[in-house]
Amino acid sequence: MLNKNIYLILIISLVFAISFWIGFNVNLLPVEASINAPIYDELFKILFIIGLIIFIGMTIAVIYSLFKFRKRNDQIGDGIALEGNLSLEIIWTIIPSIIVLLIGLYSYNIYDRMGGMKELNHNHEMMSSNTEKIWAGISQTSDNEIAINNLSIEVSAMQFAFLFNYPKGNFISGELHVPVDQKVSMKMESKDVIHAFWVPEFRIKQDIIPGQPTILNFTPTKVGKYPIICAELCGPYHGGMRASIIVEKESDYNEWFNKNKKPEVNL
Amino acid sequence: MTISIDPQKTNNESLQPKGWLRYFSFSLDHKVIGIQYLVCGFLFYLIGGTLASAIRIELASPMSDFMPRDVYNQVLTLHGTIMIFLWIVPVVNGAFGNYLIPFYVGARDMAFPRLNAVAFWLIPPSGLMLVASYFVEGAAQAGWTAYPPLSITTPQSGQIIWILSVLLLGGSSIFGGINFIATIIKFRRPGLKLMQLPMYCWAMLGTSLLVVLSTPVLAGTLILLSFDIIANTGFFNPVLGGNVVVYQHLFWFYSHPAVYIMVLPAFGLVSEILPVHARKPLFGYTTMVFSIMGIVVLGLVVWAHHMFTSGTPPWMRLFFTIATAFIAVPTGIKFFNWVATLWGGKISINSAMLFSCGFIINFVFGGITGVALAQVPFDIHVHDTYFVVAHFHYIVYGGTVFIIFSSIYHWFPKVTGKMLNEKLGILHFVITFIGFNLCFAPQHWLGLNGMPRRVAEYDPQFQFVNQISSLGALLMAISTIPFLINVFLSVRNGKDAGDNPWNALTPEWLTSSPPPVENWEGEAPLVEEPYGYGKKISERK
Repeated sequence: MLNKNIYLILIISLVFAISFWIGFNVNLLPVEASINAPIYDELFKILFIIGLIIFIGMTIAVIYSLFKFRKRNDQIGDGIALEGNLSLEIIWTIIPSIIVLLIGLYSYNIYDRMGGMKELNHNHEMMSSNTEKIWAGISQTSDNEIAINNLSIEVSAMQFAFLFNYPKGNFISGELHVPVDQKVSMKMESKDVIHAFWVPEFRIKQDIIPGQPTILNFTPTKVGKYPIICAELCGPYHGGMRASIIVEKESDYNEWFNKNKKPEVNL
Repeated sequence: MTISIDPQKTNNESLQPKGWLRYFSFSLDHKVIGIQYLVCGFLFYLIGGTLASAIRIELASPMSDFMPRDVYNQVLTLHGTIMIFLWIVPVVNGAFGNYLIPFYVGARDMAFPRLNAVAFWLIPPSGLMLVASYFVEGAAQAGWTAYPPLSITTPQSGQIIWILSVLLLGGSSIFGGINFIATIIKFRRPGLKLMQLPMYCWAMLGTSLLVVLSTPVLAGTLILLSFDIIANTGFFNPVLGGNVVVYQHLFWFYSHPAVYIMVLPAFGLVSEILPVHARKPLFGYTTMVFSIMGIVVLGLVVWAHHMFTSGTPPWMRLFFTIATAFIAVPTGIKFFNWVATLWGGKISINSAMLFSCGFIINFVFGGITGVALAQVPFDIHVHDTYFVVAHFHYIVYGGTVFIIFSSIYHWFPKVTGKMLNEKLGILHFVITFIGFNLCFAPQHWLGLNGMPRRVAEYDPQFQFVNQISSLGALLMAISTIPFLINVFLSVRNGKDAGDNPWNALTPEWLTSSPPPVENWEGEAPLVEEPYGYGKKISERK
């Protein structure tokens, strides 16, 4: 009996060790390029490790049972008439409940850190003038947030392109340029069907809905060019509906901005 | 009061065709109807599988080069719709439900045999109509979710035929659900208590409650959508002031429970198969019953987890995260109980057992990614990507379809009186298991790294992994061949099975194989312990 328990403990620790090793050494995610990304990856790592422990444990249990309790040729008759075990059943009700609850609380915390629970439409010139109700996307705050300096961009999506309107510069671009380490606020609306704005390297996504503006805030942290992908089926060319987001140093961004800026028309 | 002897034997019984022709007739025999469901469903599975192969061929290269883009969208729409509404739902509910439930409750037929036949005969025409819509103006191409405004702006005839077809199939499903509830509650043999029923009855009771509660909502939604399409109303059309997100709420109010309509019966079936081949009682009968009902209740209040990026308020996201994650608890209980059922048994390693164990492993994997997807911050990145595609194929293919095959190996001797060939069966399992995991496991990585779902073209960096996935799909297609050969050979020349080749204790095995029209020659047996393995006959009640 003692021997059996030692083996059990050994196997369980091995499953834990393997799961932790894989969880910390196998990276399944793309580059982290926004404030959101490391927070997301932290959650991913935890869920990945817990998932691996459960999956490897269950798989071993099934394969071991099949092997150990397989019917040998000379055997007849049935297995033991074991119909249940109340304490065991209580244990495997309560432990998963606690795990699920902890994961829920933890992901709530992650979501809060991503800014998901924040009021969205205050502190924002462009939107405070709007009386319509704006539905929440992710609102992400940066540590050195200067609300007034938020870069506001209006995104319109249509079959099969994104257009980025820079109201301060009075111009529209097909490429999204943003300066690194600054919070960007986007108000998005679709002109036809539902689209979605997804940047995998930023770990953010928000549907762009006709007749109902949505908001997405993010802070890029890494200079580079990343794809913007439409993630909601929007028609035959859905797979081709892509654009680029170019995260650049502030000086480069300003240069690009000033080159494209159009003088305001006085009416 | 329960009624045991079926009063509905019809006067024109003698007019019903005999032999194989009865499978093409408006038969009222629940066993014939069950087989009709199964074979009809399998034919649609072959069509849906062909469409899936077309998708995987298109995705073997990053460019859209195998078929026109709009045809690709029609193919993926038809693939989803056929696999859900014409294969999985009719087979796990209609086929096995009709065949087994009257045996399990000790009745000679279902409560409403005519309604039952009507429910089945709605399926072939609506399925054919759906497939034929491709030849009119092109089939529906807005995905099986048919989100407006896309479904309003794409060619109308295809979308309208799609709606009509899904309405008919939904109707069939509701008729079936009412029939199962009535049969299980009111048609039990005298002396048979609810808590003595085989687990599949409980699964079907729970499933049928979900069908009856949620399918009408889908029907109403689709009727409103069809008004928007043909009568220019503005329920969901933003141009006319409609709200597209309301459609999503209504749609998922049915379509999330639909997941449980697809998996709960499979949970029931595996609970019948494991004890027989492990020679052990089903572990934790009572907790199994409560966990099924727990899944039914929770399953009705989790739908908005499909809409975390649709612009839902934060409180709603939180509520649905927690409700969804909690489904893992009753589901987990069932899986622990099944492993405990295997533990200490005398397990026959045969095709039915292997497919059931494959189901446990695949479904646990799909369940784990499911709990992850329930977390709002996690979901926001992978929503509408190949990660989700991989997740739900682990649930509906790795889970339910594995159980459909397991059940076919288990009950084939009952239906035909012949055994299936075990060598071919194990070959079928090995190819299916490898092919399935090769096809869908890599798709998790694709989704995490930036490949959205429902695309015909993608970033070339994903080509290699997509080709692995397509190779897996090829194996899955090949795996059908040994299965079909096995069925055709065994029906004609299979080894004689006898009445009860597995020495099982559930009531369907306590009659001849194949069973007589009236199910039992004499009175229906009273089986108080359907899982009394390991007890001496004298100890069994």
